[in-house]
Amino acid sequence: MKHPIRTLAAATVALGLLAGTANAQVLFWSNQAVPVEETQKMREQVLKDFPGGVDFQPQEPGPFITRIQAETEAGSGAIGVVGGLYGDLTTFADSWVDLSDVDLGGVNVSPAFMELGKLGTSEQKFLPWMQANYVMAANKQALQYLPEGADINNLTYDQVVAWAKNLAEQTGSPRFGFPAGPKGLKHRFFQGFLLPAYTGSEVTKFRSAEAEAAWGKFKELWQYTNPASTNYDFMQEPLLTGDVWLAFDHIARLSEAFNQKPDDFVAFPAPSGPKGRAFMPVLAGIAVPKSAPDIDKAKELVKYMMQPEQQVATLLATNFFPVTDAAMPAELPASAKALGPAIAAMTASADALPALLPIGLGDKGGQFNQVYIDTFERIVLANQDVRQVLDQQADTLRNLMNETGAPCWLPDAPSEGPCPVE
Amino acid sequence: MNSRTLPYLLLAPATIFLVVFFLWPFLQIAWLAFSTPEGLTLKHFQTMASNWKFWPTFWNTIILAAIVVPLQLIMALAMAQVVAKLNTARNTILYIFTIPLGLSDLAAGIIWLAIFEQSGFLNSMLVGLGIIERPILFLGYQNLWVIFIAVILAELWRATAIVMVILVSGMGLIPKEYYEAAEVFGAGPWKRFVKVTLPMLRPSIQTALILRTIAAFEVFAVVVALGGTTLPVLVGETFNWQFALNDRNVAAAYALVILAISIAATLVFLRVLRTPKGATL
Repeated sequence: MKHPIRTLAAATVALGLLAGTANAQVLFWSNQAVPVEETQKMREQVLKDFPGGVDFQPQEPGPFITRIQAETEAGSGAIGVVGGLYGDLTTFADSWVDLSDVDLGGVNVSPAFMELGKLGTSEQKFLPWMQANYVMAANKQALQYLPEGADINNLTYDQVVAWAKNLAEQTGSPRFGFPAGPKGLKHRFFQGFLLPAYTGSEVTKFRSAEAEAAWGKFKELWQYTNPASTNYDFMQEPLLTGDVWLAFDHIARLSEAFNQKPDDFVAFPAPSGPKGRAFMPVLAGIAVPKSAPDIDKAKELVKYMMQPEQQVATLLATNFFPVTDAAMPAELPASAKALGPAIAAMTASADALPALLPIGLGDKGGQFNQVYIDTFERIVLANQDVRQVLDQQADTLRNLMNETGAPCWLPDAPSEGPCPVE
Repeated sequence: MNSRTLPYLLLAPATIFLVVFFLWPFLQIAWLAFSTPEGLTLKHFQTMASNWKFWPTFWNTIILAAIVVPLQLIMALAMAQVVAKLNTARNTILYIFTIPLGLSDLAAGIIWLAIFEQSGFLNSMLVGLGIIERPILFLGYQNLWVIFIAVILAELWRATAIVMVILVSGMGLIPKEYYEAAEVFGAGPWKRFVKVTLPMLRPSIQTALILRTIAAFEVFAVVVALGGTTLPVLVGETFNWQFALNDRNVAAAYALVILAISIAATLVFLRVLRTPKGATL
């Protein structure tokens, strides 16, 4: 080969032409289901029945963004449907077509998620696709200690504290467990559950009186928490050994408990506080870019993805749960059978209050988390004065928001410029 | 080969190695710690020192070194004395003493974790003997001092041998005549140790203390294994700022603090344990 570069260029052009002829298929551009097994299951089980076929192309974050950017700026492109996390989809809000005219045919989607899909506009910018979440899990032996009148699917933080207290006092040792280990997801609990439930905010009201009350409540709960919690990273382990009977964690970190001992555990929604039942969904959505070659066909695919059969197949392919009321088949893994209904109950509850993962922090996400971890360590572990700690950590948080310029995200009200810390 | 250039040629590989892998990274780190895109600054040091964890971290590291190093020196002197006195099986004992040196510090930390864990050897033994009813949580955040003791034990077990090795070789250099003379004057074993061994061992003790103190300021893996983030130390925080918080500048500032206390300790040892001129062997 005398001119390797020229040959390569020619080959690329030829490939491009070939790809052009396959245009009848809808190109599904995704940054989810990237592992090969998941990709294969998406192609062979989820997308195989779509009329005309789907070219499912999962991508690493870099190329994923770059091509969407390029096609959006050019105003024309080949991508029919984009699948990504909420944070990815917000970046290109102006580039998506309105999906409110897609007739889902009797499928009920979580209203809270549909609202998120509007990205603060009047248009349906994306449709929720699939979700992961954090829930509570309990050993069935703990159920007899539930405080009187408490409904496991509709608990409040006060009732959880009372329950943990009963457990500690009546079984002789603290049975509530919390993932406060070095790799535990404790910060997500404060960011997405405890604080929003009391303040209705993740950032803005960080040092409010309501936040002070929330930390006070958690300190109360901590008295009845297994002190080994500062070593727990995945709650499925202490649940399985029986050291812990009541726990909070990410579903992926609870699933082994249910898979190994399906009859021993129950899963249920996170508790609610004065401002609602706050939870932190990991939400993926599907959108159609304005530059799509065949918008109607793309909308067809979006509709297809929302059908019960595909939602369940997606769960089996990716371990992300449906966002619709799709009925679960009998042969699901035990973890999915137990965790799915708990998520559905939480997201569909009347007082649901989704609090999102941070958006727009770039590589400062770790420092954002550290603010909440430090606050926890100082208030709860080191017993420092709540007011003083909140004031100091609020300064750190404010500097961080100013440095990154990240505007507020749900549940905080939209901001001009960096999200303020009051 | 020209005999004048030969020494420089022989020194060259080590020098190049030091420049490339120590001096150059050091300069880069110093630059990181004092610079922003806008220019020179002390901002990163302010961020570091105003963080609530900085002072506890600093004192944990200092106290840990202040306990571990003297204990190691005493133990190593005793061990070296034993080894030096042996005629038979000297090498066997030496090898046994130095086994922990062959382990990485993380592995040593994990071994001690297996002992102190809630489901570890110590708990199983105590429960098996009927001394306690249910396993005790030794390494919890409420018992910081237990984590401290566990780290001290692990460090003693792991790194005392390096001090001993240096002292054994130092003792080998002390001429027999001094001991014989001391004996003639009626000095007992303790007197001989205090009046002959210790003063003659001064240069070795100096070297050993400098090496061990610097290493003690850099303690990391053992602490992480036994205490997670419950017992913060300087190197652990450096790691945290670099990799969890993605702030290389503050991590560099931490690295310079470690360097500063290491240099300070070295200077103290050089001064206090200096060998008077003309008193060398």
